[in-house]
Amino acid sequence: MTKATYLEAIRQAQHEEMSRDPRVFIMGEDIICNVFGTTTGFVEAFGTERVRDTPISENGFIGAAAGASMVGMRPIVDATIASFLYPAMDQIMSIIAKSRYIYGGQARLPLVIRTCLFYGNSNAAQHSDRPYSMFMNVPGLKIMVPSNAYDMKGMLKAAIRDDDPVLCFEDSTCWTSKSDMPDDPDFMIPLGKGDIKREGTDISVIAVAGAVPLALKAAEVLAKEGISIEVVDPRSLVPLDKALILKSVRKTGRAITVDPAHQTCSAASEISALIVEQAFDALRGPVLRVATADTHLPFSPAIEKALYPTVDRIVTAARTLVGTARPVSA
Amino acid sequence: MTDRPNDRSLEKYRRMLRIRHFEDKAEAIHAAGEIPGALHTYAGQEASGVGACIALRNDDYMVGTHRSHGHPIAKGAKLRPLMAELLGKVTGICKGKGGSMHLSDFSVGSLGETSIVGSGIPVAAGAALGSKLQGNDRVALCFFGDGATNEGAFHEGMNLAAVWKLPAIFVCENNGYAVSTPASAAVPVKDIAERAKAYAMPAIIVDGQDVDAVEAAVTEAVERARTGGGPTLVETKTYRYADHAVNMGRILLDRGAEVDEWRKRDPLTLYRARLLEAGVAAATLDAMEQEVADEVADALQFARDSAYPEQADAFDDVFVDRLPIPDYLTA
Ligand SMILES: Cc1ncc(C[n+]2csc(CCOP(=O)(O)OP(=O)(O)O)c2C)c(N)n1
Ligand SMILES: [Mg+2]
Repeated sequence: MTKATYLEAIRQAQHEEMSRDPRVFIMGEDIICNVFGTTTGFVEAFGTERVRDTPISENGFIGAAAGASMVGMRPIVDATIASFLYPAMDQIMSIIAKSRYIYGGQARLPLVIRTCLFYGNSNAAQHSDRPYSMFMNVPGLKIMVPSNAYDMKGMLKAAIRDDDPVLCFEDSTCWTSKSDMPDDPDFMIPLGKGDIKREGTDISVIAVAGAVPLALKAAEVLAKEGISIEVVDPRSLVPLDKALILKSVRKTGRAITVDPAHQTCSAASEISALIVEQAFDALRGPVLRVATADTHLPFSPAIEKALYPTVDRIVTAARTLVGTARPVSA
Repeated sequence: MTDRPNDRSLEKYRRMLRIRHFEDKAEAIHAAGEIPGALHTYAGQEASGVGACIALRNDDYMVGTHRSHGHPIAKGAKLRPLMAELLGKVTGICKGKGGSMHLSDFSVGSLGETSIVGSGIPVAAGAALGSKLQGNDRVALCFFGDGATNEGAFHEGMNLAAVWKLPAIFVCENNGYAVSTPASAAVPVKDIAERAKAYAMPAIIVDGQDVDAVEAAVTEAVERARTGGGPTLVETKTYRYADHAVNMGRILLDRGAEVDEWRKRDPLTLYRARLLEAGVAAATLDAMEQEVADEVADALQFARDSAYPEQADAFDDVFVDRLPIPDYLTA
């Protein structure tokens, strides 16, 4: 067991899988020079055929990943920042998500598109997107949103071995967090399996990606007030571990969903709807959402930070929920 | 260009006949209400598809477009699963989930026809990248229309294939129109082939009504691709006889005498004359045409006799594992 950061976990997962399987290769913009440190030493180990710098051409190389996967390769695309997926929406939505289906199962697309959620650091609206919920709205894409280094490594290895296309969203607010890493080269966490990050009895806080560490901090604060929080980390949004979420809510009778994405049509919204539809009888109050307000992310740090979910906002929502019997607005 | 009346030239004629008869039948039964959705037919462009695909090996890859019937047939696909697909049957090549715009046959390297204009081009580049990484000598050929060359996907795919010297062949089937828009109103260069210059890619312009000429041009491109020389853009000058599509809104485009002019250079008529001139007996060609007509009739019968998919099949092939079926469909 050695400790590794979230970024190092990505590097290890890729390195191990590329060493294990010659069909795995990686491509993206400036990955040889290795901007974020997830491909350190890769060219030396695997050569420039399997570690490919691409032109700035997201629709082109993400489409090429689709084609390569259809003929037996297992591409990893490093799409740097999630906002850069938009030029490739054509290939992601029309080709990658749908080819297996429209060709009646003839096509297999075992590929991983990795990209980071680059918010909270004055990168302004065009670089700060958290767009995973947009992709939840089209069938055919698996979506993982790990919140710590351990989950990242296990899930990314599983994603690379998965025969379906996977979008891997890497929360930059988690980059430097560390976990103990198992030595097992086949250590994997299957997609679709959520995790209880902290057990509790009063409120289920279902948190997505970088909201998980915030929920854990909020739970500490609330524990001192005698409020017991259960933190549920779905870890992947597609497939979604509905059973784990519903079981937790049935136990606590209260739910808060926390999501760094914009609130409207967010993962938080979808999870809230799931709870209301399938565990209404167990609820002792409304399901509250703590998400990012529906405005763009401004550059100035003076007005950016407060827009996202914070420990304080989660604490306030929890107090509201246990303190009142009637529905309140968030 | 003349050709010996060998097996290969007869095969070209057979495949063109297959496409023409398949399209005629499809149009007729579409009009009769047996095919749901829209129908984009390929009649008139047969020499382009067949000339290009005959230059490929069975294990080479091919990607195409919404005008999807001709390409897989040209690549050697069996007709029964294609016709069944048009009728939305479970025995269809896509199990009734793709339909007229998405014919394919992965068993003969037809990796799917895609109906988002231009979207197949990066995919074909990727298939070619796959060959390169696997160290095999398979090439990937992509068909697309004149209209598709205005899409970013075309330029991104061409650029990627060129900088990576991928074993790809880009075949632009320039039929003069994108729906109602003439190429002259949408493409600023005289020939689409000129666009290859921007990617330092060799280009060939060829008479798309002459199957031998298309074969020769694509053979040159395939040889270059297979031996590490990188991609080529081939522009086939061709023409579609029918409207852009049947059952896709009102497309009132009066092409005047143009259609008749092009029919004078019908690819099947031209090639039949060439085969006769080369000494093939008319009876041989007539017998072949009868066989093809029977084959199409058999495919239609097969399609008609086949079952529709079950409702649960709508949840299959989204992922490797079948999705759960919602209550409202099982109650
Ligand atoms: C991205 C996209 N835009 C628009 C359409 C609608 N559309 C379908 S076919 C077509 C024309 C395509 O023209 P061309 O590429 O020349 O192919 P052709 O139909 O002539 O074979 C259009 C505009 C589409 N399917 N996809
Ligand atoms: Mg056209």
